[in-house]
Formats: sequence, structure tokens, C-alpha cells
Amino acid sequence: MIRWGALAVGLLFVINALWGAIAPREDVTPDMAKALHKHPKHMEWVHNGPGNLGVLGTFDRAQLQRGFQVYKEVCSACHSINRVAFRDLADLGFTPAQIKTIAGEYEVPAIDSAGEPTTRKATAADKFPLVYANEAAARAAQNGANPPDLSLMTKARPNGTNYVYSLLTGYSDDVPKGWTKPDTLYYNPYFHSINIAMPPPLAADGQVTYADGSPATVDQYAKDVATFLTWTAEPKLENRKETGVAVILFLIVMTGLGYLTYRKVWADVKKA
Amino acid sequence: MSFPWAKQFQPTSEVGKWIDQRLPLPRFIFNALGPGYPTPKNLNAFYNFGVLAGVALVIQIITGVVLAMHFAADTRVAFDSVEHIMRDVNGGWMIRYMHAVGASFFFGVVYIHIFRGLYYGSYKPPREVLWMLGLVIFLLMMATAFMGYVLVWGQMSFWGAQVITGLFSAIPLVGPTIQTWLLGGFSPDNATLNRFFSLHYLLPFVTFGVIILHVWALHIPGSNNPTGIEVKTESDTIPFHPYYTAKDFVGLGIYLILFSAFVFFMPNALGEADNYIPANPLSTPAHIVPEWYFWPFYAILRAFTADFLGVPAKLWGVLAMFASILLLFLLPWLDTSPVRSNNYRPLSRILFWVFVAVALALGVCGGAPAEEPYLRASQLLTAYYFAHFLIILPIVSKLEKTKPLPNSISEAVLAKYSKAGSGGSSGGAPLAQPAE
Repeated sequence: MIRWGALAVGLLFVINALWGAIAPREDVTPDMAKALHKHPKHMEWVHNGPGNLGVLGTFDRAQLQRGFQVYKEVCSACHSINRVAFRDLADLGFTPAQIKTIAGEYEVPAIDSAGEPTTRKATAADKFPLVYANEAAARAAQNGANPPDLSLMTKARPNGTNYVYSLLTGYSDDVPKGWTKPDTLYYNPYFHSINIAMPPPLAADGQVTYADGSPATVDQYAKDVATFLTWTAEPKLENRKETGVAVILFLIVMTGLGYLTYRKVWADVKKA
Repeated sequence: MSFPWAKQFQPTSEVGKWIDQRLPLPRFIFNALGPGYPTPKNLNAFYNFGVLAGVALVIQIITGVVLAMHFAADTRVAFDSVEHIMRDVNGGWMIRYMHAVGASFFFGVVYIHIFRGLYYGSYKPPREVLWMLGLVIFLLMMATAFMGYVLVWGQMSFWGAQVITGLFSAIPLVGPTIQTWLLGGFSPDNATLNRFFSLHYLLPFVTFGVIILHVWALHIPGSNNPTGIEVKTESDTIPFHPYYTAKDFVGLGIYLILFSAFVFFMPNALGEADNYIPANPLSTPAHIVPEWYFWPFYAILRAFTADFLGVPAKLWGVLAMFASILLLFLLPWLDTSPVRSNNYRPLSRILFWVFVAVALALGVCGGAPAEEPYLRASQLLTAYYFAHFLIILPIVSKLEKTKPLPNSISEAVLAKYSKAGSGGSSGGAPLAQPAE
């Protein structure tokens, strides 16, 4: 009885699914955005360590500081990093005095003694303030676009570090034939919908002046800021990998000893 | 319960005797996982995955309890509280990554455990209830994992909740009312998040209870084994401790190494990047997908595109998705072959591997965007999925000519070792001394 019932139900689902597979379907108009879209370029990153594997490797502190400089001088005009606190900058190699100076350049919302909203200078304990008070303010100022917070950007996009680098270096004036690009948008095949509202932020070599003599090129800026945003998204990256190496070494020894124990315990069973 | 030759628990100390006469918990453990549980001596590595699943659940519960100390179930701050755990809580990043990766590993281990049961016929009499309890655990895991994923309140959390509760809206007449009741509103919101948090904390303990029943049901007939034949004499078995505790420990070590490799070196490899974007009810992600462990079922859900017999396609998809799991409850009665292990069922063995390939291919289709060729592929694969269990297996199990079974587990083990010995390997050469 169960098997006859199963047969009937099975036939229903099978015929239904097969009918779906052979039934004629409407032609899908090919999505041009999909054809134009490019996957991020594969780059070697210092923090990915040997072989770009991501097992070893630490951030280059000088690179993080350069990336922060690019963020501050370029990106921060529109994008916040609201999940990062000024105190976190110690990870980049800044001293407490330097952090205090950096924080002092920012104003954060506060309440004055009369209870009125005001602002005060940020301290090391504060987070980087938002650029716009809210989404409506952002859209009003940015021609309808809402510049996202960048704190988690490299984790919020597949292959994020490469994505940020590719996007920043991927602008092009050669709009392919047949593709419509409104005048207020820019062509960038690394962006999911191809047309992006953000004007090319890194426009020319020499835009940011590095103090440490690193090449002042768009390519270098993009690498440095992508590394910086990898840190803002995953500030515990070095700690994580360091712990991982120790944990796995311990587990290998433990498993090895466990295997020897197993061999000894089972010695008399195997033969019989 | 258990075999007459099982070792008896004998407390040696006065305290031990005192406890044993009042609450014999040590005796219970001794009989469940200790020397008091006689186990077939030919269990291979695939029999390790039940224990691994238990460990995976314990890891989830411990890390989950700690995460709950720092998490705030409120739509305004849930996402921020997760980032607070990642950035400001001591070791919080490790606990959270263990919990997120641990969910994936729990499913991976359980899938291997289920496929092991399918291959060796562990669902056949007298283990039907054991099998069904396992499926109940699987369903509880799916509910728990889904609700846990929503708690992060990222984009995929929100839209996943929308899609999954939306399945219930396909039910005729009462569907939309049920969806509203489940969500506590017309779309996922604070009420949804709070009830999911409550249930996400509750269900693992329910699961734990069902696992106790699962282990209890296991100990009535005892473990199945790769030959699928019954234990006959004491020489077929060895005590669980120290033999399988030692063997499972090695498996556990290997499991933890793999687990740690993901937690520490690629913690986000198994997740969707979109869930690092805070939930936004006004912006639908281009491509809503669940976590990988739901992909095969997601493919079945999306495979039904045509209205059929007056039933809308959406309802067919929902029915098929639930049926794809529920039909497994009937498996002990669909597969009527008296031989358990596929080692002795030549036709069924081929079908098993075809089914594994189909299930994996369904997974690939479920993770891909809903477009060709994935859609047509998932329709064909879905048809095979149902045909396998409901049509082919019942017929094959009736018609198949099975290979002769060994007389006992010991005989099978000896045959294996003598074969290995004559094959030129010196280490396995038998000393021609059958046990006892």
C-alpha cells in the first residue's frame, strides 16, 4: 500500500518536473549588464602572505597608514567608516598622541549644558562620525545616490579586497556600443550594474602626496586603500591567523598522538 | 537491550556504589558510550560521523550561549551588536566565526552521516525508529540554522526570512494568514527577530533531547555495520571503549583541523558576502540564496515552473521541497530488500552513487541564479530525485539479485585481511588465529 501510494505521488512530481523541463519557455532577452560585468582582478596582497594563501602574512603598517591617508583625503568626502573607532588606529602603528590629533580633526554630535544639540571634538574613544546625518541628507547632496559606509565593504562584496582595487582602477571612457549610460553616471564594468554614480575618485597620479616616497600613482593609491579597507572590515585578521597557526599545530600533534594510541589499542583486533 | 556478553558496570569505590544504588548515571554512560556497549568490530571511518555530529552540536551550543551574552535581538541594533562582538568583545571574532563555520560543518557532517546510513541500509528493520528520529533531528537543525541566520539581520537574513516564510503563503486560503502569524507582522521585523532568537535558543536543546532518544534507539538493536549483517557472537564485537573512543578521537582530531582551517584562515568562504550589508527592506538583493546546505532543497523549490492539474507552480514547489525530505521517513518501507549493505547489492549500489551525484548537482543548481541552464537542469534532477526514492528503489529492491552475504562479521573481517595479505602487503598478513 505504501509503495503504491509512493508510486502515485512519485509519478505526479516526476511528470510535473519533466513537463516543466520540456515545456516551451519564453525567450529571455540577454542581459547586457551581465555580459559586460567583469570579475575582480586577482592581485597579490602583502597581508595574504606567501602564495597569496591567506594563511600567514601580516599587514604592512606603512601601507595601512598610506591607505588611511588616501581614505582621509579622498574617500572620506562622501564615505564614512562608522564602525571604526579612533582608538583602533593604534593597530596601524599610530601613537596615542597621533590618534588624539587625528580624532581632534573630527566633530561628533553632542548635547551642550543647556540640553541643545551641538558638536564637540572627537576623542580616541569615539567612532569615525557619519558624513551625512541620514540617508535622505546623503541622497540630497549626492544627486540621488547614497554613498555606503565603507567599514565592512571588503567583506560585503565577494572577493572584496580585489573588488575594491578593481573598482577604483576600473573606470573607462570607452562605453561599448549599445550600452546606455546616463550623463550623471560613470562606466565601470566591475560594478554590478555597470553604471556607477561615484565619479572616478582616484583621477590622476600625484593626487595624494605620500610622505614615505611610495609611488604616487592611482594603482598604488587603490592598493593601499583596498588594504586599509581590508583592515577596517577585519581588524582582528592578524590575531586570527596567528591563533590559527598555533591551534592547528596543537591539533596536529594531538591527532598524531591519538593515532598512535589508536594503533596500540587496536593491535590485537586487526589480526583476528 | 544490548548483548548478553556486554561488560557489566562494577563500581569499585564506596562512593561509586553509593551513587550507583541511587542515581546510576555512571552506569548509564558506561553502557551508552563506554565498555558496556558491544560494537561490531568492522566499523569504518564513516561510522565516526555520528559522534562528530554530537561534537558539532556541543560546539554550537557553547559558542551560541556565549554569543547570546553579547547579542541584542532588536532590529535597530542586531547587526551592530554582531559587529561589536567581532571588534570589541575579547575573542568575540573567534566565537562568532566558530559558530558560523560550525553551522556549515554540522550540516556537512550530518549529510555524510545520512549518506552512510543510506549506503549501508541503516534505516532497515529493526532500525526504522532510529532512522526517523535522525530525520527529526535533521528537520530541527534546518529550522534552527535558518532562524540563526536571520538573527544577524543582514541583507540575506532579511530576504531569506521573507522568502522562507513566504513559502507558507502558497498554502491555499489560509497561506497569507499563516505567513503573517509566523512573522508577527506583514514583513520580517522586530517581532520576527525576537521570536526567531527565542526559538533559535530553544531548538538546540530540543535537538539534544531527540539525540538522546536517537542514541537510545541505537542501543536497542546495536550499531549496524558495513556488512549489514547482524552481530551473532561475542567475537563479532568489541567494547565501544577503548576501541571506538580511540578511533573516534583520531577522526575528531582530523575534523577539528579542517574546522580550524576554515575558522582561522577562510572564515567567510562558506557564507554570502551580502550578509555583511545591514538589512534594508527597501532594497532587494539581485540574487537571494540560502546557505550552501540548503541549496539542493532550494533547487527543488524553484524547479516547479508550470501550473499543473490546477495547482499553481509555487505550491508545487513548496510541496515538492517538503516532500523531498518527508519521503525519507517512508524509506524503510520503500526499500524492501532483505539485504542492508549496498556492498552486496550491485544494482542498488550504482543507484546510490547516481543519487549522490544528483544530490550534489542539485546543490550546484540551487546555489546558481535562477536562469538557464540551471533551471532546466534542476527540473531534470528533481524528477530523478523523486523517481529514485518513490519509483526506482521500490522496484529494484524487489527485482535485484544480491550477492551472497558472509556468515558472520568475523568471517568478513578475516576474508578482508587474508585478501590484503595475499595481495603482497606484509602488514596485514593474518596470523591465522581467529579470535576465540
